Amino acid sequence: MAALTIATGTGNWFSALALGVTLLKCLLIPTYHSTDFEVHRNWLAITHSLPISQWYYEATSEWTLDYPPFFAWFEYILSHVAKYFDQEMLNVHNLNYSSSRTLLFQRFSVIFMDVLFVYAVRECCKCIDGKKVGKELTEKPKFILSVLLLWNFGLLIVDHIHFQYNGFLFGLMLLSIARLFQKRHMEGAFLFAVLLHFKHIYLYVAPAYGVYLLRSYCFTANKPDGSIRWKSFSFVRVISLGLVVFLVSALSLGPFLALNQLPQVFSRLFPFKRGLCHAYWAPNFWALYNALDKVLSVIGLKLKFLDPNNIPKASMTSGLVQQFQHTVLPSVTPLATLICTLIAILPSIFCLWFKPQGPRGFLRCLTLCALSSFMFGWHVHEKAILLAILPMRIGKNKDV
Amino acid sequence: MEKWYLMTVVVLIGLTVRWTVSLNSYSGAGKPPMFGDYEAQRHWQEITFNLPVKQWYFNSSDNNLQYWGLDYPPLTAYHSLLCAYVAKFINPDWIALHTSRGYESQAHKLFMRTTVLIADLLIYIPAVVLYCCCLKEISTKKKIANALCILLYPGLILIDYGHFHLGFALWGVLGISCDCDLLGSLAFCLAINYKQMELYHALPFFCFLLGKCFKKGLKGKGFVLLVKLACIVVASFVLCWLPFFTEREQTLQVLRRLFPVDRGLFEDKVANIWCSFNVFLKIKDILPRHIQLIMSFCSTFLSLLPACIKLILQPSSKGFKFTLVSCALSFFLFSFQVHEKSILLVSLPVCLVLSEIPFMSTWFLLVSTFSMLPLLLKDELLMPSVVTTMAFFIACVTSFSIFEKTSEEELQLKSFSISVRKYLPCFTFLSRIIQYLFLISVITMVLLTLMTVTLDPPQKLPDLFSVLVCFVSCLNFLFFLVYFNIIIMWDSKSGRNQKKIS
Repeated sequence: MAALTIATGTGNWFSALALGVTLLKCLLIPTYHSTDFEVHRNWLAITHSLPISQWYYEATSEWTLDYPPFFAWFEYILSHVAKYFDQEMLNVHNLNYSSSRTLLFQRFSVIFMDVLFVYAVRECCKCIDGKKVGKELTEKPKFILSVLLLWNFGLLIVDHIHFQYNGFLFGLMLLSIARLFQKRHMEGAFLFAVLLHFKHIYLYVAPAYGVYLLRSYCFTANKPDGSIRWKSFSFVRVISLGLVVFLVSALSLGPFLALNQLPQVFSRLFPFKRGLCHAYWAPNFWALYNALDKVLSVIGLKLKFLDPNNIPKASMTSGLVQQFQHTVLPSVTPLATLICTLIAILPSIFCLWFKPQGPRGFLRCLTLCALSSFMFGWHVHEKAILLAILPMRIGKNKDV
Repeated sequence: MEKWYLMTVVVLIGLTVRWTVSLNSYSGAGKPPMFGDYEAQRHWQEITFNLPVKQWYFNSSDNNLQYWGLDYPPLTAYHSLLCAYVAKFINPDWIALHTSRGYESQAHKLFMRTTVLIADLLIYIPAVVLYCCCLKEISTKKKIANALCILLYPGLILIDYGHFHLGFALWGVLGISCDCDLLGSLAFCLAINYKQMELYHALPFFCFLLGKCFKKGLKGKGFVLLVKLACIVVASFVLCWLPFFTEREQTLQVLRRLFPVDRGLFEDKVANIWCSFNVFLKIKDILPRHIQLIMSFCSTFLSLLPACIKLILQPSSKGFKFTLVSCALSFFLFSFQVHEKSILLVSLPVCLVLSEIPFMSTWFLLVSTFSMLPLLLKDELLMPSVVTTMAFFIACVTSFSIFEKTSEEELQLKSFSISVRKYLPCFTFLSRIIQYLFLISVITMVLLTLMTVTLDPPQKLPDLFSVLVCFVSCLNFLFFLVYFNIIIMWDSKSGRNQKKIS
């Protein structure tokens, strides 16, 4: 009986939480899935059936490969398991193929990869000191954090209903944050570099990482008042960090550099032709900007300030993904959004540089970077808000 | 209560699990010409909406009783009528007479699932929450954990054709346990008028209330209570059956539909004695119909009589709940025309005693879900049933630490063991035996499930796996019948006093 108890993990609430949410994910298998399901099936097909030189050129399906190379390799590995489920899904020309076995395989792959997320949450919990509060389980910070992260409904809906692989990617990010908290900076940097080559959206938070590592890791000591001690700059550390990032990038982009495909890869990764806003607007600043533009154009037409013939035909509210011109307000270019984003993250970066408060300060800066990039970025998806929400959870719990 | 927010979370988890399970296929999906229970429910809405009351239970050109004719009491018909009005408002095609046969669409499935969920939310779930809050002598955390386990019981989630009758029965138990006898009996009468299978629970209700009346003294308060209860029962039956009392033929026809004695001892494969017996000796074919009736009647009543008599003589809340279990189990094992789903009538009372004997209750509820395996596989509910069973098991193990509660006292077998030890001094290994039996049972269930799912049965015995499932479940149920009867018979007042003192 004791063996059964251990096997079912009774004494451990963390296992119960992790198992419980995994079972819920299994129940979500027959739910609705979005076009992202077909996107990933297509990528499985591309990486399995075609040579590397074709990966970023293949365009049979409209869902072309637009994630960095590590993710492509991940799909390649998955495809070797997929062939035991249903060989047909690996055919590039089988557009919108979704047999029950395909569905089962894809859903299970997401559920399985969440193991990394569970591990990362466990590591984050270790970084929290929960001795101050009482004995009640529901009041312990570790418990609260685990529930908020493991049972995060935004993540559940996006990953297990809508269908994406955010779980293990956020796992990588949380793990790198945990390593930074544990003063294992090299591992943290390495994990973040790897993460960037899985999904480049994490560039949103790269400034926070860069500044923090430079300030708190490369400068090994501070003056008594907390300001920077220039003499404590460690070349060894800078070079080793640079080496780590360089090696990871080389591993990722190396093959494509050798094939002279870097421009193509970058054009796939950063598709500026997609327009300021996604088909469904992310609730960011540009949504307000567009709405204002629309309102002003309507008023302008009514009050006859504008000539109807000058209004461009493509409307931003039509749900299409393309570039537009604004009617009343000045049009926004990618450079403008970049400048706005940089201005927005400047205060937090400054604080991180001039008044570092250790990992907690880093976490706050990271959350702010993610939020600012969400607010002012070019072609932001609504899902990107998760990037800000998940680190915020840890931040809130540390302050408890 | 404090920690109401935790109870809310538990209810929301229960609702989420129910809703996600309902996303799967339903019984009889895409299987013309008869389809399944889902089509039956839709058909009843069609019949009750389009035909006058007098024709609901009669065979006519508009109402072909062979095609899912109404065979539940009037309250089910009224409920279907109510749903039909809502359906008419949304899309009349769903209940159009004759033309809507076999109607299947996503919107309709959503509608049907929503009516079930609302029924659960209004009747069953509040009853569970209130029942757990009214439990005595346990902490708030345990009450909430109890509610979680009951709401996660797989059987009621997977067989989701509306559990109005179980909800009403639960209100009945709640009322009677909290001394609101009149309201409790009213709720239970409504339950019987919803599904006649609730008669499985009728004897314990009757015996317990009768016992209470005797205790209060038949010359004074007891007699008053008896009269009041009789009035309530008669009034509720008359109210429900009013349209059918106008003619004798109406009433008789309804009764004929409710109790189809022509159908035989059992249909399909069910985990009761007769089906298991049939494996060795084809009693269904050998014995004539009336002998079968008498045999099942006698065996049912013989097996439940001791517990009921004890309940009349010593009415107690605890005895009442256990007698509910053993009575319903006796009916399930020995009665006529028992359906696999009737095990839910036993599972509900077992859920009620979850806090008293967590280990045995969890074991029973796992077996009850397993016994419905052939039905669940037919409805393509393998994944949800595995997932919900695991969730239920984990919830029970985490909430009650069931594996630490296997001592004799925890299993309520102390007085029994003491009595046996008077004759057999070496009888000290009861809890050991039970633990091993549990392990064997679970291993057998897992193995059989794996076999049924992965292997094909041999050609000569196409029903091999269903029969094996029924046989194994039946053996388990027999063991539980003996166990629950032992608890009832050896439960003594002194035992209870001892607990209070210590």
